[in-house]
Amino acid sequence: MIEILDILVSENFWAASLRIATPLIFGVIGALICERAGVLNLGIEGIFTAGAMAGWMAVWLGAGLWGGVLVAALAGGLFGLLHAILTVPLGLSQHVSGIGVTLFATSLSYFIYRTALPDVSSPPRIEAFQPLDIPILSDLPFIGPALFQQTSLTFLALILVLATGYVLYRTPLGLAIQAVGDNPSAVESQGLSVYGLRMGAVVVGSSIMALGGAFLTMSAFDAFFFGMVNGRGWICIALTVFASWRPGKALIGALLFGAFDAFQVRLQTEVGSFIPGQVFLMMPYILSIIALIVVARKADYPRALLVPYFRGQR
Amino acid sequence: MAPPANDALVLLRLEGITKRFGALTANGDVSLDLRQGEILALLGENGAGKTTLMIILFGHYVADEGQVLVLGPGGALEELEPGSPHAALDAGIGMVHQHFTLAENLSAFDNILLGTEPLSAIKSARLPARKKLDELMARSGLVVNLDTRISNLSVGEKQRVEILKALYRDARGLVLDEPTAVLTPQESKTLFATLTKLAGDGLGIIFISHKLAEVMASSHRVAVLRGGRKVADLPTEGSSQRQLAELMVGYEITETVREPGTPGAPLFVLTGVAAGHGRDAISDVSLDLRAGEILGIAGVSGNGQTTLARVVSGLETVSAGKLMLEGDELGQVSARQMIDIGLARIPEDRHHDGIVGAMTVSENLAIEGIRKPENQRFGMLRFSAMRERAKGLIKAYDIRCQSEASPARLLSGGNIQKIVLARTLETEPKVVLAAQPSRGLDVGATSDVHKRLLAARARGAGVILISEDLDELMRLSDRIAVIHRGHLSQAEPTEDLDRGKLGLRMAGHDGEEAA
Repeated sequence: MIEILDILVSENFWAASLRIATPLIFGVIGALICERAGVLNLGIEGIFTAGAMAGWMAVWLGAGLWGGVLVAALAGGLFGLLHAILTVPLGLSQHVSGIGVTLFATSLSYFIYRTALPDVSSPPRIEAFQPLDIPILSDLPFIGPALFQQTSLTFLALILVLATGYVLYRTPLGLAIQAVGDNPSAVESQGLSVYGLRMGAVVVGSSIMALGGAFLTMSAFDAFFFGMVNGRGWICIALTVFASWRPGKALIGALLFGAFDAFQVRLQTEVGSFIPGQVFLMMPYILSIIALIVVARKADYPRALLVPYFRGQR
Repeated sequence: MAPPANDALVLLRLEGITKRFGALTANGDVSLDLRQGEILALLGENGAGKTTLMIILFGHYVADEGQVLVLGPGGALEELEPGSPHAALDAGIGMVHQHFTLAENLSAFDNILLGTEPLSAIKSARLPARKKLDELMARSGLVVNLDTRISNLSVGEKQRVEILKALYRDARGLVLDEPTAVLTPQESKTLFATLTKLAGDGLGIIFISHKLAEVMASSHRVAVLRGGRKVADLPTEGSSQRQLAELMVGYEITETVREPGTPGAPLFVLTGVAAGHGRDAISDVSLDLRAGEILGIAGVSGNGQTTLARVVSGLETVSAGKLMLEGDELGQVSARQMIDIGLARIPEDRHHDGIVGAMTVSENLAIEGIRKPENQRFGMLRFSAMRERAKGLIKAYDIRCQSEASPARLLSGGNIQKIVLARTLETEPKVVLAAQPSRGLDVGATSDVHKRLLAARARGAGVILISEDLDELMRLSDRIAVIHRGHLSQAEPTEDLDRGKLGLRMAGHDGEEAA
């Protein structure tokens, strides 16, 4: 018990939670934007990989860090566009197309990486984002190191949560996105373009997802290696349901998951060796499943999620 | 009703509209004018092309030939860009679709505002919009609580939101597709009063309908479509229901008449039945159906009829009360047992619950008796016997299909209903449960359904007729009970009832003389 308390009061634990949550925040916000418009984007896992690879490679080739972020977003946007074309005007199965995009984006990223660096055994590192030193805030006792010594990308993720909430609930565009995910004919009969809104949402959402991948290579690990996304995309899909498609709850969900993950790492070292390490690794996922069971039964799905829209069809 | 003055400007003109879907011509060379302040009824059977014509006008479809002209700001008719709802809205055309086009997850206010502001706006200008809407609601009498989520509004309120949507965009012409299909008689009356008022202010209105009574009562002019072509365009004044009905179907109509009957012994009795949950739950429902009678159950959709029908069909477990057939108590029975002991089920949603769309007509005709020896032997289906039997039924029930081997989903609603009738009534059932049997059917198919139900009654079967259509109930039923919020009133002889009384009870007023 004492060990658990020790973990919870360490500033280091809270800082790690926020750090681990950051890529998930990007991912869940991106997935939420797609799904609010009625398109499930299972391409997310591959888009994470593509963002991680593209951002890292841009920096490695000499672009600035923010240049790398931009390249990652562009890469995500392109795969998003592919998914959008397949699922929106062509109306193909969103599941199949999404899985396809994941396989394609992942393989293509690995392929480009291997082609560019055929003989490298240990992945080359880049000069990554460094924790910001915010005057006053970062120097606060406990709170400073726990919350304010993060890299710019973490703050970007938090800003994106606010911005997404504002756009979704306060602007005409946000209302249109909510409407197109509920009843596309409501949008069409008011003279707006269903395809335009849905494709736009998928492209933008995918760009944001890719930033989650970029965070991994440009802020967390400083390098690109195979299998590094490791299911984070899928977790975001589950977190979107957990969040009931609301940005604020999405943030909470991502932070919870981050905290579970940070906690299990520390618990592993504290409690020692008689429990296999894999049990601890499972913990956040098991807790996610339990959280989903509790929350998602009442989930308020966008009514037109997964339903393709064909004009004139009644 | 007084039509608008003769010099009223033509607001909208359809010229030679033709639209084909493959081999089918949905609209053939249709021309139509709408003047300011005029209420035009577009009358026709299902599949006559009314809706297609109107959604071409609104830009969901592009016509193969012909054009749409709208009164421009200069006072001359200008061509409307085809295939663009956006252009139609800009030209002042509003449309209220039969299936509401509202986002259920947004408030009424947000739905009305949707698409009226540029998407690039970083803030929604809500205060001026609110003011304009308040004025509109006061002027038109269309009042809704703007801040309520659409999912919490009643059907009538949703329709008001749809009309407000059009008026908010300063519509000059308003199209309503079967606006009364989902309303109570009282709500329909209010709607038409509102429309008349709006027309008085200069709005041109087209409403699609196949109900003759409302067309006669509420329009200035009637255009009749049949088989995609306009067959008549005449002032409502001076025409008769009979004349319009015959224009609509294209032949002389013989009315179905209910001969006085002699109801027999109690056949099927429900006592204190409760089932279902939520909005469609029923509680303490009792009814006694006698042999050789039609018992009508009136009510607006969503008041428990669906659950009642499911209970009678054996699809729903009852939580209280009992069912008795010919004096024997039925325990917990399954749907198949109900069919086996003599229930004919004509389901409310015939496309969904009445047929299996992907299976052939002959398979659909056999499906409820699939275990009978004429359809199977040692567990193997006898396809040729099924086909032979189907051919006979297709003839007897006048099912229009390419052959008994075509998939049932390709048939029209009326012919799908005939499959259901042929399948269920051919076995001479004791009890017939007909849920909304003529909903959405045209005059011809409706009269067919009615004849079959009366024939079953004459044969001595008991028929439970669940319907929203008061004319149908009054015409066919020996007795009528009203269902409202899951409660069923005592059935009364039809002779003691009138439309007004029934309408009030359907709306939940149980007072005898309540106004």
